[in-house]
Amino acid sequence: MKIYDGGKIFLGLLVFVAIATFPFTFNMVMGKGTKTPEPKTDTPAIQEYEKVNGKKECVESKEFMRTEHMQLLNNWRDSVVRDYNRGYMSNTNGKRFNMSLQNGCMQCHSNKKKFCDECHNYMAVKPYCWDCHIQPEEKEEAKS
Amino acid sequence: MSMDRRKFLKIAGISSILGFGASVASATHTIWQKGLYPPQVDKNKEALTAKRWAMVVDMSKFKTEEDVKKVVSACHQTHNVPDFRNPDDSVNRKDEIKWIWQASYERAFPGQDNKYMSEHMKEMPFFVLCNHCDNPPCVRVCPTKATFKLADGITMQDMHRCIGCRFCMAACPYGARSFNWRDPLPFIKNVNKTYPARTKGVVEKCTFCSERLSEGKIPACVEAAPQGGLLFGDMEDPNSEVRAIVSNKYTIRRKPDLGTGPAIYYLIGGGDHA
Repeated sequence: MKIYDGGKIFLGLLVFVAIATFPFTFNMVMGKGTKTPEPKTDTPAIQEYEKVNGKKECVESKEFMRTEHMQLLNNWRDSVVRDYNRGYMSNTNGKRFNMSLQNGCMQCHSNKKKFCDECHNYMAVKPYCWDCHIQPEEKEEAKS
Repeated sequence: MSMDRRKFLKIAGISSILGFGASVASATHTIWQKGLYPPQVDKNKEALTAKRWAMVVDMSKFKTEEDVKKVVSACHQTHNVPDFRNPDDSVNRKDEIKWIWQASYERAFPGQDNKYMSEHMKEMPFFVLCNHCDNPPCVRVCPTKATFKLADGITMQDMHRCIGCRFCMAACPYGARSFNWRDPLPFIKNVNKTYPARTKGVVEKCTFCSERLSEGKIPACVEAAPQGGLLFGDMEDPNSEVRAIVSNKYTIRRKPDLGTGPAIYYLIGGGDHA
């Protein structure tokens, strides 16, 4: 098999691939793209919990919360608004949790910027929770 | 390599079935397979329950302007209702958000007034709020089921689902619904951190404090009203206070002829003046 003008075609393809993947390779070289988000779970409330209970634990396991928290919150909302349910029995540790964002989640995770925004910004998702829900007060941290 | 049409179709069919199956399997893999459904949820033990929540309003118990104001501000403070004001401090009627407010007899009960009724009646302010109708027109017109009927009679709404079409506002004969033309957050003076606010583009109204009921508390307005001014209870319970009043005394409701079945009853001639 002979490709006419093979050299030019492959050179062109190479240039095209280089340009098309430039944003990715650029960020990789500059080291920005490889910085993984590190959500912090070191709020006073969580540290206090750890001291009392000997471990950190959430409503469900860390892995589950990481992938399914949006589903969980959606289901919580329907359950609270439509059925008056307020308590959620954890499948991980059998404890009962108050189904509420402001009065539940954020009581422990009072560090919205370092907890929620850390990953949401990385993933470029913009959940509209805080259009209505009141954010926990956070000290303005110096930008690091 | 050659392939006849029959063989090609066979392979294409089988692979598309396999592909579809795999995508369904991976989509349902998440929560369902971890045994978390149906979720284990329950109500608070202290939650107040009823077959049909209703309210009796006895305006004769409100002696001063202060009594009236206390009720409105208790509600609006609890639910993060913004206060839109013009530069001259009058209420900005266009942007105003109301959950509970006052109206004259003529406005509250149009067609039931007459020119010979007592001055007192004519001028007395009546508390008006969402009537939590038996047959609410707002629920009927809502295209997203953002507003709906709870089993205990409360007309509730889910702000997450509201698309701001304002059909419900057109449908409600009591003007009980308000639209958020602007972002309300900057206009809430003392933010209640235990309750959400709203965003631009959703409709809101009184929820009969369903969030407080589930915590075993009576509505904020009832709590703030003078003794007996606002009564809240289960109309289906023959022993309840509200039922006793509605059964034994003369009460009227707003625009009952529309067939919406309002659950707010106004006690007429209660207390000091007949």
